[in-house]
Amino acid sequence: MENKILKKVDYIFQETSVSEVIDIIIKTLAKSPDDIILDVIDSGLKGRGGAGFPTGLKWKFTKNEDNPVKYVICNADEGEPGTFKDREILETVACKVLGGMTICGYSIGAKEGYIYLRGEYNYLLPQLNKVIDEFNKQLKSKGIDFVIFIKSGSGAYICGEESALFESMEGKRGEPRNKPPYPAVSGYNSKPTVINNVETLVYVTMICKMGVERFKALGTKDSRGSKVFSVSGDTPTPGIFELELGMPLADFVEDFGDGDTKAVQVGGASGHCVPRKQLKDTIIGFEGIPTGGSMMIFNSSRSMYNVLHDYLEFFNEESCGQCTPCRVGCQQLLKGIESVKKGERKPLYLDELKKLASTMKIAAKCGLGQSVANPFNSIVDNFREEIIY
Amino acid sequence: MSEYLVNLKVNNIAVSVKEGTTILDASKKLNFNIPTLCNHPDLSVAGNCRVCVVEVKGARLLAASCATPVSEGMEVFTNSEKVRTARKHVIELLLSEHNADCTKCFKNGHCELQDLASEYRVGDHVFIDLVKSKDKILDISSPSISKDDSKCIRCQRCVRTCEELQSVSALAVVKKGDHQRISTFMNKPLDEVVCTNCGQCINRCPTGSLTERTYLDEVWNAINDPSKHVVVQTAPAVRIGLGEDLGYEPGERVTGKMVAALRHIGFDSVLDTDFTADLTIMEEGTELLTRLKRALVDGEKVALPMMTSCSPGWIKFQEHMFPDLLDNLSTCKSPQQMFGALVKTYYAKKKGIDPKNMVSVSIMPCTAKKFECGRPEMRDSGYQDVDYVLTTRELAMMVKQAGIDFMKLDDEKYDSIMGNSTGAAVIFGATGGVMEAALRTAYEIVTGREVPFTNLKIMPVRGFEGIKEAKVMIKDVKPEWAFLEGAELSVAIAHGLHNANELMKAVRAGTASYHFIEVMGCPGGCLGGGGQPIPTSPEIRQKRATAIYAEDEGLPLRKSHENPEVAQIYKDFLGEPLGHKSHDLLHTHYKERKRY
Repeated sequence: MENKILKKVDYIFQETSVSEVIDIIIKTLAKSPDDIILDVIDSGLKGRGGAGFPTGLKWKFTKNEDNPVKYVICNADEGEPGTFKDREILETVACKVLGGMTICGYSIGAKEGYIYLRGEYNYLLPQLNKVIDEFNKQLKSKGIDFVIFIKSGSGAYICGEESALFESMEGKRGEPRNKPPYPAVSGYNSKPTVINNVETLVYVTMICKMGVERFKALGTKDSRGSKVFSVSGDTPTPGIFELELGMPLADFVEDFGDGDTKAVQVGGASGHCVPRKQLKDTIIGFEGIPTGGSMMIFNSSRSMYNVLHDYLEFFNEESCGQCTPCRVGCQQLLKGIESVKKGERKPLYLDELKKLASTMKIAAKCGLGQSVANPFNSIVDNFREEIIY
Repeated sequence: MSEYLVNLKVNNIAVSVKEGTTILDASKKLNFNIPTLCNHPDLSVAGNCRVCVVEVKGARLLAASCATPVSEGMEVFTNSEKVRTARKHVIELLLSEHNADCTKCFKNGHCELQDLASEYRVGDHVFIDLVKSKDKILDISSPSISKDDSKCIRCQRCVRTCEELQSVSALAVVKKGDHQRISTFMNKPLDEVVCTNCGQCINRCPTGSLTERTYLDEVWNAINDPSKHVVVQTAPAVRIGLGEDLGYEPGERVTGKMVAALRHIGFDSVLDTDFTADLTIMEEGTELLTRLKRALVDGEKVALPMMTSCSPGWIKFQEHMFPDLLDNLSTCKSPQQMFGALVKTYYAKKKGIDPKNMVSVSIMPCTAKKFECGRPEMRDSGYQDVDYVLTTRELAMMVKQAGIDFMKLDDEKYDSIMGNSTGAAVIFGATGGVMEAALRTAYEIVTGREVPFTNLKIMPVRGFEGIKEAKVMIKDVKPEWAFLEGAELSVAIAHGLHNANELMKAVRAGTASYHFIEVMGCPGGCLGGGGQPIPTSPEIRQKRATAIYAEDEGLPLRKSHENPEVAQIYKDFLGEPLGHKSHDLLHTHYKERKRY
């Protein structure tokens, strides 16, 4: 394993004007779509929303679909508890997101791009619309056949799930679809669609600007590049930081913790809880624990029962309710730890609940239900006494 | 579906199936049954109950077999430890959320969740009972449908039925997470929304969450009351459906046994809605010819195409969705309501019974009829014309409650009068049947000859195509119908309200030029009605249709105007079709209803 140390970098938030982004696009579009896709594949860029699917492959699959209508969608439904990086990106460097969308559109053969903006971020609309209008005008004046639109969500966590997002965009109730077909084949309006996270699209622009090699020099073999982290909780320095991927979690806690760190919840409510004793052996990256960027630090004053209870209440409310494992499973996990806490059920019941969580991980319809086991099993395994007593 | 074959293995056995086949169907081909709940042959794939999950070698996740197409080289395991654990968890989770008062449930013994629980021997619940912590929401506002949320497993079959088959969307998913449930617009009671009472949701509900409003007790009480004369009428499609709930395979005709059973149960007069189906043809056929004459000869502005009015689900749909086309509806009451109006007037007089002591019960393949009999317009006899409507399913329950060994009954015949009918009336139970019956009669009235189709079988109007069209050339007419000489009568037929909706859009837009349209609210017509035995599927409905047409062919009389009792009622009581008495008793009007 490569031994990385924590390194702060500054790519994402590098100030770039609309006309600079347009210049990057024009330079990039001199290449063929296939060459651009090869570059993105070669860069090793993986989705920054949390799931970490190779971005270039997603583009390639969509390009290969024979359909005159395709779409690029920017997933800006940043709903994961503890994640607030996309908001900052859209507030400060939105034009780089638009750049990534345009390059993607050219590469896969799409003429329309949409930003799906989280309902709670609607206050950004006036300034975003201004940037988009100017950007669209410039694209048109340069003869680039691509237009970007924006659509608002209504505040459901599930609509960050890509297929629920499509349903929502189509004016329907936000419920995940069956897969296959995947978005590359049938996404928005049942057309081939690339859907990328806000941050991923910015990295596309940055890779096109600085070149594949400089990007590849960052991070590890499995986790190329850097990533934006939303740091919160028991830390003297909460905020947004761009760090190289592949660092040990211990280094991170060394830098950001308050000296009394008990555990770090990596990846938001749907991520894993890493206790102090595992910090040294945990790598932040796709070879270790992948993350959409949320790093919640808990010190010894925190009750991990309360932490888990909060997460379960969140899932209980935000499950779309469509599939049995998620809708009922979340209720059972929540009520289950409550009943153990109250002494109504024996501590051994936690093992039944862990089995249930494991079923949810493999039998739920979408990522929401599948990921509830992450916080549940990791917190119950590592802080069992806190749940019981 | 493509013709390419895909090779895969299910439980280590190789099989080749067409590309696009689901794992569920591929497994079935090898006789491996996978349980399902949200899946239904009439509906789009949902994949949300997760009871059908299977293991696919190399995959991180279990696959919902109903929603996952096969792929080359796939290795599927339908009964591995992983699968069994997950499936049991899913069943236990559903039960923890389900008000399992099985012994008291209307669907006891006919519940898919109960069957699964029994198969998997789910004993004492592992999980916490969630039913107690939820509001029990029971909606019995509708005279047709009862909706009990505490028994709902959120499979959304009802939602898909209402949207995909019926284009009504009275039912929808509301809220999310632990508050998610199936509800209506603004959570209004069912009787205040666009629900047409068709009951198709009931036919597809796997549990007792959606059932018909039952009036069994009221009917038993009437039968047991010696001061009451209880009359029963049976709709055309009941006789080919009832058997399914009493031990027969779909497609068995049980007319004679049904009549015998009704007598054993204690009905005082066992009569046939088919009689008024024949009467409907006389009234409606005359109405059509009159409208055509007024349009073609008198140059009047008449609402054409004329549309049938037998199906109360369709009528309420039209009142909500196409109020601008209400004049196009035939003013004829449905056969049930014609029967009700006559039984407490004509029949009562003939038999010397005081109508105030009569209780009029009808057995229908339909839940919308329960609503229809309570419409304020349906009291032309001076009383409520039809007092209680029972579904085919409820009749089967009565037969069982009465301890009747149905299969061993000897065939019996309906009472007379109002018990005689023709094959034209029987086929009212299938989509296209009213049209076929009307053509058999109208053509003969106009030309004096039989319809020019072999053995009276008007094939273009038969079958399950969503919207059917037919044209009949009218030549060599009788002198009084000279204005129709050389005309081509153009008709269309739709079944299921989705198809009706499409057809009405065309009519409204003026792109459809028909003279006469038949619409039945339910897929397949009454044979697929919301009161028919459960389950239903395209195959089952096909078998019922085959039975209906066989019943028609087996009858001595097959044209409504040849029914001697029909001739008699015109002579003794009604006078003539569309006459004064008919107008009072057999015709009605409609009213616009809001969509919300």
